[in-house]
Amino acid sequence: MIELVSIIMTAVLVNNYVLSQFLGICPFLGVSKKLDQAFGMSVAVIFVMVIATAVTWPIQTYVLDRNDLGYLQTIVFILVIASLVQLVEIVLHKYIPALHASLGVYLPLITTNCAVLGCCITNIDEGYTFVQAIFNAFGSGLGFMLAMVLFAGVRSRTESCNCPECFKGIPVTLLAASIVSLSFMGFSGVVEGLLG
Amino acid sequence: MIVIAVIVVVIIGLVCAVMLSVASKFMAVEVDERVPLVRECLPGANCGGCGYPGCDGYAAALVEDPDLPLTLCPPGGAAVVEKLSAVLGRSGGEIEAKVAHVRCGGVCGATNAKMDYQGISSCSAAKLLFGGTGKCVYGCMGLGDCAAVCPSDAVCIENGIAHIDARSCTGCAACVKACPSGIIELVPAAAKVTVDCSSREKGAATRKNCTAGCIGCKLCEKNCPQGAITVVDNLASIDYDKCDGCGKCASVCKPGCIIAG
Repeated sequence: MIELVSIIMTAVLVNNYVLSQFLGICPFLGVSKKLDQAFGMSVAVIFVMVIATAVTWPIQTYVLDRNDLGYLQTIVFILVIASLVQLVEIVLHKYIPALHASLGVYLPLITTNCAVLGCCITNIDEGYTFVQAIFNAFGSGLGFMLAMVLFAGVRSRTESCNCPECFKGIPVTLLAASIVSLSFMGFSGVVEGLLG
Repeated sequence: MIVIAVIVVVIIGLVCAVMLSVASKFMAVEVDERVPLVRECLPGANCGGCGYPGCDGYAAALVEDPDLPLTLCPPGGAAVVEKLSAVLGRSGGEIEAKVAHVRCGGVCGATNAKMDYQGISSCSAAKLLFGGTGKCVYGCMGLGDCAAVCPSDAVCIENGIAHIDARSCTGCAACVKACPSGIIELVPAAAKVTVDCSSREKGAATRKNCTAGCIGCKLCEKNCPQGAITVVDNLASIDYDKCDGCGKCASVCKPGCIIAG
């Protein structure tokens, strides 16, 4: 149990996909302008990460590893994740239209999100069991949400601040992102210290 | 070796493809085919003038509700009503083109500010402080909330008050909703005469605040050959159903707040 908590805490704070491993920067900068959009995108990412892990882990373990085809990991995962997201979108559109409407454009957007692929590959590299992998995926998604929501707040400040003309827009956003990322570096070692 | 790799990827790809095509067949959501057609007819300004969230919302509502009037799109005007009635097969009715008009003539020379406002540059923020920055609480403050929401860039702030370019205005009424003083109204695009004042104060009080304000003297009401002008709450208003644009009222108006264009 403690191990699972530790996995989630590590994924959220220490190995935060956006702020420590620099995966999924595109939506991080693109969709963090407004808090509600950032939240919607993050919910979609959590959802896709968990489902993608639930599918890719068995494929890696029972198909690729059995046949010594580990090197096909990347291409197979991309293939599976992309079609999975499309499938999820069709199913949601049919059976849960409200959720489909709220996830909206974000579902297809994360089809090729590198954070999702990175999460699936990390689960294999770390040698997690199926349950651990699912928890890690959920934690990674939560970490993505934390980064998005935090940065949406930071960004609403930088948008309204009176900064020099040459820094306006993307430059000040990138600077703010680097400072937020720097602050997350302070978490390294915290979880190991807390949970043994 | 390579054969196995190819076979595995092909099989996985094939499984995914079959799954997707089966899913898209069996779980297809029936979208009324008229919705995209209706959406094509709308101008796509997403101004919200119809009261629905964007053009997509109005298109879906039009198809769903057969009694919904086709005339709700102000930017589209008569041309869109015609196209919509062709697609939906029901008559559209008449639509009168309207434009927004700022009912204030309090330019810099006519009235003054009552404070040196240095807060957030927004009318709705300034309005919270003693009813606004100007001496006249009914006046335009010229901080441009209307210009900020205008989807067609028809508003400009000139000489201290907002002006709306009738040629660019689509009549979506976004500025009417945004103005905290409620001094923007929709008038028929063909209107030749407008009252450029919203002050409901008594004549003497209005005159103290602004030289261009309506003092409620009723000269226009008495002189209008069509009986189209009434003075209510010390403020003249024109009934555009009766007004023929003769301009008599403008010539007798002493403060000059009735403008014949």
